Amino acid sequence: MNLVIREALLAFRRAPLLSALSVTTIAFSLFVVGLFGLVAVNLQQALRDVAERVEIVAYLLPGAPIETITLAEKDIEAFPEVQAAAYVSEDQALDRARAELVEFRDVLQELERNPLPASIEVKLKPRFRDVEHVNEVAERLRGFGFVDDVRFGRDWVANVDRLRQIAAAVGLVVGAAFAVVAIIIIGTTIRMAVLQRSREIAIMRLVGATDGFVRRPFLLQGALKGMLGGLAAVALSYGAYALINRWLIHAEFFSREQAVAIVGFGMLIGFFGSAASVGRHLRRI
Amino acid sequence: MIKFTNVFKAFPKGGLALKDVSFHIAKGEFVFLTGHSGAGKSTVLKLVYAEEPVTSGEVRVSGFTLADARRRDIPKLRRRLGIVFQDFRLLEDRTAEENVAFALEVTGARRASIPARVMRVLTQVGLAAKAHAYPRELSGGEQQRVAIARALVNEPTVLLADEPTGNLDERATRGVFQLLRDINASGTAVVMATHDLDLVRQAPYRVIELQEGALVYDSAVDEPRDQAASP
Repeated sequence: MNLVIREALLAFRRAPLLSALSVTTIAFSLFVVGLFGLVAVNLQQALRDVAERVEIVAYLLPGAPIETITLAEKDIEAFPEVQAAAYVSEDQALDRARAELVEFRDVLQELERNPLPASIEVKLKPRFRDVEHVNEVAERLRGFGFVDDVRFGRDWVANVDRLRQIAAAVGLVVGAAFAVVAIIIIGTTIRMAVLQRSREIAIMRLVGATDGFVRRPFLLQGALKGMLGGLAAVALSYGAYALINRWLIHAEFFSREQAVAIVGFGMLIGFFGSAASVGRHLRRI
Repeated sequence: MIKFTNVFKAFPKGGLALKDVSFHIAKGEFVFLTGHSGAGKSTVLKLVYAEEPVTSGEVRVSGFTLADARRRDIPKLRRRLGIVFQDFRLLEDRTAEENVAFALEVTGARRASIPARVMRVLTQVGLAAKAHAYPRELSGGEQQRVAIARALVNEPTVLLADEPTGNLDERATRGVFQLLRDINASGTAVVMATHDLDLVRQAPYRVIELQEGALVYDSAVDEPRDQAASP
């Protein structure tokens, strides 16, 4: 085994330029994928933030008995789609209005009678925050006798929904395209490395090396180059993220798992790219 | 040891490289394979070390029947052979010692045994003093000696040499040839392809001559050369 490691490392020393070129190519290919991934991650995050605000408000008829409402609140919380339901009394509504609507504070101060209705604010679980489920829950809320009216941003919900679908579709297609381009470019550089050593491979085979023996150092070397390229890509992405975060907009970076996935992806491409190149080469000689 | 029976070999683009070639080389023999360039000498050797498949007929080498040798058997066959080429085929970025050791390493030899075995063959070919030299620092004759040492280090039963003196001056040629004779004297069969007839005349070894892919003369079977009806 340590012979394999030695031969794999020897290739870096023997062809430093070509090795550096492979690593750089892998790094930049994955960097492009990574940049795109950053956009996707941040878009998802932004949409999640927006979706977070999807809320259904059921306004209650005046004079509904509080016991009934408390019971109903429990029922609503038991809906499978519902994450939380909160009762907001008339007084709480007024307090909130006073706090939030500073411009109208004077008007609100001088009211003799509270014009605001009590309400139940319903928040859905993340995976139910789409048009159909919002509609469904709203419909069920209307069924309660003490509910006067149900409001939610219908268009808003529909838009977020559509945006999310577009983002997912574009993400999949563009991400896959970038990944394929990266694989092709990386495969080509690895192939160059194999061809550069074709004389050596021929000699190895002449003196009785098995295909496996010839292949192993290349696989290890490919995986190593892929890993280095992946690490460099994550570093480059972090640099880009730091710049954007500082000068443009507040952004999110990859989670640890996503960063590891990029490095792992690099390793896999390096490994399988080498396997394909060496395999093809060995079949020809 | 090496047995060709009615061997045909077609060129990939049509035509025959070998036509109905049969011969048998016994253990410990020294055989010259002669003929003009393109006569099929290299093809015979390539069939022996399984670089190319036989088109029809049978080639048996050291217990292997090459027609049904699978790809993964080829390394096992090659470990029983030593192969030397006109262009040496050394790895330029490794020293003489490393080039020889390489042949042991790829066959999975015990690591501890490698340095001693390498020094033994380098001494045998007279290059112990240049073990740490790179091929570019060696003369042609010396490079060929390294290649021969590499071929010998696995203790082959047959040494195949394809024009081993083709790139060497007269002095180096004599030296390398003498080395091959010494190797043969210690029991290893040697099959040497060459078109250097002076060399062939110098030694009383068996001669197999090829012409356009056909075996036209075998001194082990045919009349002595002078009376043979060959050009």
